[in-house]
Amino acid sequence: VSYTFKWSVLWSGESGHWLLQGLLTTLELSVLAWILAVALGILSGALRTVTFAPLRVAAISYVEFFRNVPLLVWMFFWYFGVPPLLPRPVQDWLFNHAIEFWAAVVALGVYHGARMSEVIRSGIQSIPRTQFEASLAMGLTTFQAYRLIILPVALRLIVPPGTNESLNLLKNSSVALTISVAELTFQTRQIETYTAKAIEAFTAGTLIYLALCLSIATVMARVERHYAIPGLISRAGGP
Amino acid sequence: MGLSVIANNFKFLIVQGLIGIGPFIGGTLRLAIPAIVLGFLLGIFVGLARLSGRAGIRLPATAYVELFRGVPLVMVIFWIWIIVPRLLGLPIPEYGVALTAFVIFEAAYFGEIVRAGVQSVPRGQVEAATALGMTGTKTMSYVVLPQALKNMVPSLVTQMIVLFKDTSLASIIGYVDLTKAAQIVNNREIKPFQLYLFIAVVYWICTYSMSRVAQRLEHRRV
Repeated sequence: VSYTFKWSVLWSGESGHWLLQGLLTTLELSVLAWILAVALGILSGALRTVTFAPLRVAAISYVEFFRNVPLLVWMFFWYFGVPPLLPRPVQDWLFNHAIEFWAAVVALGVYHGARMSEVIRSGIQSIPRTQFEASLAMGLTTFQAYRLIILPVALRLIVPPGTNESLNLLKNSSVALTISVAELTFQTRQIETYTAKAIEAFTAGTLIYLALCLSIATVMARVERHYAIPGLISRAGGP
Repeated sequence: MGLSVIANNFKFLIVQGLIGIGPFIGGTLRLAIPAIVLGFLLGIFVGLARLSGRAGIRLPATAYVELFRGVPLVMVIFWIWIIVPRLLGLPIPEYGVALTAFVIFEAAYFGEIVRAGVQSVPRGQVEAATALGMTGTKTMSYVVLPQALKNMVPSLVTQMIVLFKDTSLASIIGYVDLTKAAQIVNNREIKPFQLYLFIAVVYWICTYSMSRVAQRLEHRRV
């Protein structure tokens, strides 16, 4: 087996530019999808705790259906399946404005929103009901009890699983290459195609993902320690 | 909304795509079931290696877990699809590529579950087994692992569901699973909304029944 390494392909020609573009697209896609996922997660997570049954059932159905189907299927669904059903002017606008990117944002956001919902719900449910009752007894309104007591504690409990889920979203953004979004994995393949230097190209892509994930995890571990509530978070070295 | 496309291609989608019997090498179940079994077995070794007292075993296992948990699965599939055949100088069939990628990748996640499960067994159990004169291997296989396994069931099933969904990514390299089967039918029929929604429902039925079985198992042990 003979393979001659030529690492310079990574900085000569277009490669460096492509990698940077890919990284930026990955970040842009992940951030937009993350905002959508958190919004959907909070909304459906909250609706799952209300007493009005139709809203609760709608929220539960959303979570159970979307998180139990592969992301790749949702990518195809939102990219190939949905646009033809939209009105003609909307379709035209989308086709002129990077439709694959927006389909990927929606697919990632709606899929991870269902998973975020679980994280947020279990955060809220892990706070003893008595905390809420005690706040009402102290004379707070329901809204005040949520704003001042429940949510500040719940948000801190959510930090570790929320970080995990956000990193999953970042890694899953690579599935967008199947609908030809030019994100990091897509660009890595492009370098491989143009230079025929597979090992160099994939090493570069892999290292960028690793660096991204490890640095986010390190920063969030510090945030987590800073906001940890003694006695409430037991995650010393846990998964 | 024209569901005849589903009725006409039902057999191809289910028998070829989901199960894997037909003209193409494929099948979601034919890939998912061995991947789950082998990934879990390798995961046991990874998880135990991470708990080893010897740094020469613990550190490589930790590096393995951190590496694969910090990289997208798509990237791992490409490594095995494009690079490994070039290094070996021989082509690997899609099934081999997909199975290897899933087993290696998921073993890192299964390993973490096994580690957490073993750590959940009280220390006194190991001490009691040692006091009874059991060797390290015997303590592990007769005392620790059976108890750890019980504690692991919920996270194990969650991970199995994740792996089951992940097998859809094998379609990227041309393996004819349920997702690829839907793509093939769609290329001919151009009914993306119905087809992709239909396979979403099929995937959902599989994963939802897996989680129901898990819930039942959990209630029985309590």
